[in-house]
Amino acid sequence: MRLLKALIVVMMSLSLSTAIAAEKELNVGFIYVSPIGDAGWSYAHDQGRKALAEMPGVKTSYVEAVAEGPDSERVMLNMARKGYDVIFATSFGYMDPMLKVAKQFPKTKFMHCSGFKMADNMGNYFGRMYQARYLSGMVAGGMTKSKTIGYVAAFPIPEVIRGINAFTLGVQAVNPDAVVRVVWTKTWYDPATEKEAAKSLLDVGADVIAQHQDSPGPQEAAQEKGVYSIGYNSDMTAFAPKAHLTAPIWNWAPFYKSVIEQVQKGTWKAESVWPGMDTGIVDLAPFSAMVPKELQDKVMAAKADIIAGKNKVFVGPIKDQKGAVKIAEGVMAPDQDLLGMTWFVQGIVGTTE
Amino acid sequence: MDSAIIIPLLAAAVQSGTPILYATLGEIFTEKSGVLNLGVEGCMIIGALTGFIVALATGSPVLAFVIAGFAGMTASAVHGVVCLWFKGNQVVSGLALTILGAGLANYLGTSYVGQIAPGFKPVPVPLLSQIPALGPIFFNHDPLVYLTYCIPPLMWLYLTRTRHGLSLRAAGEYPAAATAAGLNVAAYRWCGILVGGFFMGLGGAYLSLAYTHLWTNNLTGGRGWIAVALVIFAFWRPGRAVFGAYLFGGIMALQLRLQASGTQLPSSLLLMLPYALTVIVLVMSSWRQGANEAPAALGVNVEPID
Repeated sequence: MRLLKALIVVMMSLSLSTAIAAEKELNVGFIYVSPIGDAGWSYAHDQGRKALAEMPGVKTSYVEAVAEGPDSERVMLNMARKGYDVIFATSFGYMDPMLKVAKQFPKTKFMHCSGFKMADNMGNYFGRMYQARYLSGMVAGGMTKSKTIGYVAAFPIPEVIRGINAFTLGVQAVNPDAVVRVVWTKTWYDPATEKEAAKSLLDVGADVIAQHQDSPGPQEAAQEKGVYSIGYNSDMTAFAPKAHLTAPIWNWAPFYKSVIEQVQKGTWKAESVWPGMDTGIVDLAPFSAMVPKELQDKVMAAKADIIAGKNKVFVGPIKDQKGAVKIAEGVMAPDQDLLGMTWFVQGIVGTTE
Repeated sequence: MDSAIIIPLLAAAVQSGTPILYATLGEIFTEKSGVLNLGVEGCMIIGALTGFIVALATGSPVLAFVIAGFAGMTASAVHGVVCLWFKGNQVVSGLALTILGAGLANYLGTSYVGQIAPGFKPVPVPLLSQIPALGPIFFNHDPLVYLTYCIPPLMWLYLTRTRHGLSLRAAGEYPAAATAAGLNVAAYRWCGILVGGFFMGLGGAYLSLAYTHLWTNNLTGGRGWIAVALVIFAFWRPGRAVFGAYLFGGIMALQLRLQASGTQLPSSLLLMLPYALTVIVLVMSSWRQGANEAPAALGVNVEPID
């Protein structure tokens, strides 16, 4: 009898302890480089965070507008000290600070967006945005009348150059003679400069403005001039309803959910992942009514091909600006080359310096 | 480059020079009274945020623009309190105002990022905008640009032709003599700081109400510092400030247009242009002895009259 009692107590305490373990909430922290209201990069990440907050047993919090560098290290250190289980840092410049903090807190799991450095407890992730850019390029190519498309771009780094190249390939898929003119602003978020850059492109005859910037400044410029625009990050229709055609957009929710599920199951390990459109991480915003049905169908067909893996975007022959073949006929550029891309494809007016 | 490129370039120069012009005129006014206000950037960004919030709340850009001026005035009053009441170091106080303004505006403005405020739209001036070349360059902008055409002559008249303006300059040139002549130097310096701050606030509001209709952290992007340098370039003369502001606006617009027209020059070099020009301008100004035209008592605190 006593033995039975003891057994029951042991069983109960065991089940109690497992119940406690199951109820232990997963604390997930996010660090954003800009305010979440920017309708751009950080906004898209925060939509993903909100999806996590609805998962059972997950608690999320975020710090917005954290400057890259020492400031971000302090924020991450704080989160790690407070016992956060998973920390997502969503800007390239957070890479080195995160690596430092990751080494001090081996039990915390760190995820860095858009970088390349890793540790045992630090993985990195990004999405194949160039696939969506290719599709948005098709839309721009189908809508331009002057055969000149303006592209306001932030910094000449591989991520942006790859996006411009994919966009241009998309343009050429429907409009082989069209050119894409590029202006660098050297800022991710400065509406005044971005708008001025867009205007300078409009002055040289561009009638569709695309952007790799986080503010809707270029959209405004296009609408004021009465031409079309392609957004970025999230659906920017609200900023320029008469100009905005579509936008390559981020959809982080499914990805963030899968990471957290892995952590909950204990199967998470530090990896470098680069999922594509088939997982839904990147997508094309709904078309504006200004895009003719015929063009919409064409783009949707290309989208289906990309999702099915039939269209890999960077498949040769692809020439650079000088006409030299960079990707040979029938060859698909390996990821390594895409990640380190520093040259423009033929049909782009501008320099990568 | 043909006229199809040059005219839009010059028009863009006028527009991107306008916020700098407001701020430069404000700083000239303040410095003429003998106070150095390095907090231009801080006053501008507070004006920019205030203007944006008021426009969003009331839907009236004109009201927003005026209130933004008063916000810039309030910010500059902080500088006045430090320098005129407590005889604090003007350089340190100005720098602190820049940091305070940027921090405060970023903090208070976070929830406004991503919204669009009603603002000023271009209104071509009848007849004048039809003039070839000059029309599109000068008379096809928003009303706030036209306003800047009136301010420099008025400021010049005030500073050189009115008793009050001459007294204000006396406070900046030789406060001891001004005091002996029975002028209340501190009061004139307050006037210089407050009116100057008003213009700086307007310059900031131009960015959030006319240039774009958005709010973002660090919207002013260092334009306040360019204004400080332009005051020296302009030899403290409102007329020359117009020239300087459009020159800088032109350089900013030019580098983007050079890129758009397909130049092979590295963009990093082009982006350096406005800042390189600032350094060159400062060196040239001191060579030409222009720096001697600074108000003699600039940055020197005065003792209050008992």
